[in-house]
Amino acid sequence: MISPSTVAAYATRLGDNALVLGQRMIELVAASPELEEELANANFSLDYIGQARMFYTYAGEREGAGRNEDDFAYLRPEHEYKNLLLVEQPNGHFGDSTVRQVLFESWYVLILDALTRSSDEGIAEIAARAIKEVRYHLRHSSQWLVRLGDGTDESHARAQASLNELWRYTGEMFVADGLDEKIRKDFKGPDLRHIEAQWQENLAAIVAEATLELPGDQWMASGGKQGRHTEHFGFLLAEMQYLQRTYPGASW
Amino acid sequence: MTKQEWPLYEVFIRSRSGLSHRHAGSVHAADDQMALNNARDTYTRRTEGVSIWVVRSSQIVASDPAETAAFFEPAEDKIYRHPTFYDIPDEVENL
Amino acid sequence: MYTQGLDQAGKGDPAAPREETAAQRDAFQARIDAEEKIEAKDWMPEAYRRTLIRQISQHAHSEIIGMQPEGNWLTRAPSLKRKAILLAKVQDEAGHGLYLYSAAETLGVSRDQMVADLLSGKAKYSSIFNYPTLTWADIGAVGWLVDGAAIMNQIPLCRCSYGPYSRAMVRVCKEESFHQRQGYELMLTLCGGTEEQKAMAQDALNRFWWPALMMFGPNDATSSHSAQSMAWKIKRFSNDELRQKFIDVTVPQAEFLGLTIPDNKLTFNEETGHYEHSDIDWQEFFDVIAGNGPCNKQRLEKRCKAQDDGAWVRKAARAYADKKAAAEAAA
Repeated sequence: MISPSTVAAYATRLGDNALVLGQRMIELVAASPELEEELANANFSLDYIGQARMFYTYAGEREGAGRNEDDFAYLRPEHEYKNLLLVEQPNGHFGDSTVRQVLFESWYVLILDALTRSSDEGIAEIAARAIKEVRYHLRHSSQWLVRLGDGTDESHARAQASLNELWRYTGEMFVADGLDEKIRKDFKGPDLRHIEAQWQENLAAIVAEATLELPGDQWMASGGKQGRHTEHFGFLLAEMQYLQRTYPGASW
Repeated sequence: MTKQEWPLYEVFIRSRSGLSHRHAGSVHAADDQMALNNARDTYTRRTEGVSIWVVRSSQIVASDPAETAAFFEPAEDKIYRHPTFYDIPDEVENL
Repeated sequence: MYTQGLDQAGKGDPAAPREETAAQRDAFQARIDAEEKIEAKDWMPEAYRRTLIRQISQHAHSEIIGMQPEGNWLTRAPSLKRKAILLAKVQDEAGHGLYLYSAAETLGVSRDQMVADLLSGKAKYSSIFNYPTLTWADIGAVGWLVDGAAIMNQIPLCRCSYGPYSRAMVRVCKEESFHQRQGYELMLTLCGGTEEQKAMAQDALNRFWWPALMMFGPNDATSSHSAQSMAWKIKRFSNDELRQKFIDVTVPQAEFLGLTIPDNKLTFNEETGHYEHSDIDWQEFFDVIAGNGPCNKQRLEKRCKAQDDGAWVRKAARAYADKKAAAEAAA
């Protein structure tokens, strides 16, 4: 049975990924290794915030309960956020954030591509706009991964360590839950098994060019899609929601 | 100090098809690909630049302003380059 | 056209400047007086070049450091729209810094050298960015007052005599107009909101008014560089002229918001058509310029940290580029 709340829930989840990642990238303002990189980071953060706004606004419309984008962003508690654990990880150093971008964006670009063919027009339209941005992001972040992997001994070691550390958060991207299945069956959404195969192939190519090694099979973290986060998330939310929580009902 | 720095590139943007590339400024970048990205991020944030050229600043060859007279003035004497110096009858169109 | 060949202008013994004849200087001044633009490889007095390097790089440093007090509220912006607007503004500032470093480099100084001078404390940046942004209302005050003051300074610079600087300023001014409007609009929202929000707005104005006035620099009488800069059309209006214009324009804006300017001697003089005001506490200005403002230390530390943390990254990019170039040469 097709229910509007399926689409609303799925759009919200996509919005959560975009918002949390955008928020992490915003923390990097005035901390980039070079001025030109500041601009790129700010550009991309803006794109993610923009995508979050589109997804949340659409979710609110489909839900039909009068919630707007800020209600989603500022007035939900931790367990209602269903973002991937990968995007809430702290920025670390430039190698960590670069690896995070590559791992996420190489998944996200495939998801968005599939969603442009979704039978839900709202999601398809947002996906079509977002994918242009994310393709450019992925080009940027994978070029950087190659420079770090194939740069100096130090940058190679750091990038490899980042990859090894963040790998445990990639499994979750391909484990379909009930919502993923509904979107796939009822709305021509992505098949995560196909996405995984493609992702592994694409990532292997980037990692090889970067002269890095893919980590082997290991235990994978999970819980993001169920709203069970890592300890970092509470702090991220507290900071982001502070003003709205302190002055309830005020307009900004 | 300068050896550590990323090289300087000059940036030229064609903002709309039909126009020429115009010099927009410079960016630092470690390689050509980064220079293109940086140029796009810096100089086409508000508008879609149709085409971007980046050139290593050190590759640009320039005329010397001190030699302006010798370099440019002779053309002012050779007036036959200027189209206004030819009398074409009014009946002839498209000239 | 500016090539790396310009670096040579900076090399050579600074203690033994090249000879400049009166004829050369007169010819140069004649070009300035005729409103001609000076370009990078044109002959120019050494003092003109040095003054411009100082002024343009200070301007660039200000944009970069200015990202910090504003960036301070990015993660806490109270709505997604405000978050996006603030992020776009901070991004513009990074871009402006880039345009200005780019213009300064045409004069023969390298980006590395300018950044090193900033981080060592040798180079200055605008005093205003050494103040903290303590509340969300400060973001509104900064946009309204600080960008307002900056615009007043920047529009005349679009006509300054040095080509690359004036062209950079034209770019900057095009993008700047939204900055001030977004700050004022933020204040408008607060002043039309709850009592707490109104109080927040008034408090921000109280803390930023005088530092904003100080942005225009010391009184003309005590300002050393001004006369020569005016003659060379690097500076088009005096400090006091611009400051007075700013006050005259801004006071009615504050009245519209229902806010009180923190100056009980502020009165409109019907005869002159200008607002009179209390004396500025110049000791505060000189303290801040000398490094003893509330945030000088932390602004520089954050910038230094970014530079240091990024060293291995920049090195890696360079190493990769060299490897690729070598491989291409061998192929």
